[in-house]
Amino acid sequence: MGRTSGRDLAVGCFVLAGLAAVAYLSVSVGGLGSTGPQGLRVIAQFDEIGGLKPRAAVVISGVKVGQVQSIALGDDYRARVTLNLDPKVQLPVDSTASIMTAGVLGDRYVSLQLGGEADTLKDGDVIDFTESAVVLERVLGKIVHNLGAGGDGGKDEKEGAE
Amino acid sequence: MTVAVARLGSLVLAGLEDMGRMAGFTARVAAALVTPPLRFRAFLDEIYKLGVLSLVIICVSGFAVGMVLGLQGYNTLVRFGATNSLGAVVGLSLIRELGPVLSALLATGRAGSATAAEIGTMVATEQLDGLRMMAVDPVHLVVMPRALAMTVVMPLLNALFIVAGLAGGYVVGVQLMGVDPGAYVSSIESAVDFRDDVLGSGVKAVVFGVLVGLIATFRGYSSAPTSAGVSAATTTTVVVASVSILISDYFITALWGV
Amino acid sequence: MAFGGRRVFEDLTCAFPRGRVSVVLGGSGSGKSTMLRLIAGLVRPTGGEILVDDADVVRMNERALGTFRRRVGMMFQGGALLDSLSVFDNMAFPLREHRTLAAAAIEDAVHRRLQDVGLSGVDALLPGELSGGMTKRVALARALMMDPVILLCDEPFSGLDPISQRRVEDLLIRVNQANAITMVIVSHHIPSTLRMADHVALLLPGRAVEGTPRALHDSDDAVVRAFMREEDADVGEAMEASA
Repeated sequence: MGRTSGRDLAVGCFVLAGLAAVAYLSVSVGGLGSTGPQGLRVIAQFDEIGGLKPRAAVVISGVKVGQVQSIALGDDYRARVTLNLDPKVQLPVDSTASIMTAGVLGDRYVSLQLGGEADTLKDGDVIDFTESAVVLERVLGKIVHNLGAGGDGGKDEKEGAE
Repeated sequence: MTVAVARLGSLVLAGLEDMGRMAGFTARVAAALVTPPLRFRAFLDEIYKLGVLSLVIICVSGFAVGMVLGLQGYNTLVRFGATNSLGAVVGLSLIRELGPVLSALLATGRAGSATAAEIGTMVATEQLDGLRMMAVDPVHLVVMPRALAMTVVMPLLNALFIVAGLAGGYVVGVQLMGVDPGAYVSSIESAVDFRDDVLGSGVKAVVFGVLVGLIATFRGYSSAPTSAGVSAATTTTVVVASVSILISDYFITALWGV
Repeated sequence: MAFGGRRVFEDLTCAFPRGRVSVVLGGSGSGKSTMLRLIAGLVRPTGGEILVDDADVVRMNERALGTFRRRVGMMFQGGALLDSLSVFDNMAFPLREHRTLAAAAIEDAVHRRLQDVGLSGVDALLPGELSGGMTKRVALARALMMDPVILLCDEPFSGLDPISQRRVEDLLIRVNQANAITMVIVSHHIPSTLRMADHVALLLPGRAVEGTPRALHDSDDAVVRAFMREEDADVGEAMEASA
């Protein structure tokens, strides 16, 4: 029986280590359980979210204060993004939500700029001021278009001026 | 020409017959799971043999794989100035694919072949017949605890492999290549999603565990009662289990993403 | 009865008397061991029936076989002891599986049986550490743990030196006399057969010849006679002894 109690100890340690690893990966790395419904939930509407995904970070001054809970298409075909924020955050009602990109090709996230009003947003309120995502293809398309049109447009203006 | 076709035909038929027998075997193991007595002692012994004894190879290999990922990842990301995402690269690669697949393949080689050999030897030495004559179902006493233990052990080994890999990536990326430690850790955390990645990884590990557990025990159980038979059981286990792992990996990945 | 393409026997009829020692003889490949496995239900015949007390083993399902086997003890050629368990645990195994006995009662039963076969004190050894003769004796002791009414022995004397052989033989005779257990022994050893068997079944190609050892020894059939009288000094001696 002495043989087996040493083994049992090893089995116990192994299982504990394994479960600890699983827990670490699930909670610390994977973020299980951190999507608490107890946060401050506000809604922001955008014309273009450009690849923003649920669980993307919501930051104020670069500091993460919550995450994107869900994204849906509103009746007006604008994107309704629900943000789940740390309840301690006090957002003035005239705050702005912008969709930014981490680096040039990185992931999208939501950045909040605080407004100046005294009243703060409550659970379920809508952020009025939003800046949609800048979609790289459209910007490049515009640049190319302008470069092409610039030659003719200049000529027209000159003729118009004379 | 016709001989070749006939041979191919008989091979296919033999393969199908084999699968049929394996399906029957699986049903017997499943039935044994819900039949008393509990066989807890045997189950714990198997966790020791399959899990604890595989720890060294799993952790060392995991660490090594993590190191390679760290190095390769760094060399690629540095060209885009994106080395801060190294953690994400290492983490996602390990969690989604390399962790479950490699730890399962390693476990197949170590624990799977050992199980097949053990059971095969019991067949050859008439121990299983001895059990039958004592009115004990060998599937219940010998096979079921092993198959169950392999299923339970696999996700644990997977997690340990991944953690070892993350550590390996850290050592190479942060200590050797100078990636910012905070960036390494936070990029893992922001890139990895529990539902998509960690849970999927766990599901893969469990499925692989079931596959290896059943294949290894089946091969041992149905081996020819000779030393050549035991040897064949061992090698067949490794081959069949490895291929099954890789193929099912594709299907799980595809279905999980849906 | 066919085995993976090889016909082992066809149209075989045999009967083993209750409470007596029967020995199954035959050359290699005659199907002696197969016969034993058929009785035990470990192999199924392609046709026919095997009646034990009017119950047909061939028709039994797994559960019925389980009940049947609790009254049958089998001593395998290689012992078939579980090699990961000690001798004690091997012996205690059937008791622990099928009876709820206190640890002390189990210990008692195991030690008694080991004593019966003259092997007290080997409790803690592993099967791998036993000699051939000791393995056979432990196997016999284990087969008797559940007080079977039928004992099947597959080549109990094979691989043993003459002294150990004699010991096992005496044990088997003693067990039969003490408990009136029906014994079917597969053997290739004529002298011990002549000494201990009440009934012999000689398996020849295509037929089986049954009778008392003496009847076969003095048979009119030349083949039978030749088999029973293998050129062995022991045989003459044995015949004297059993006369």
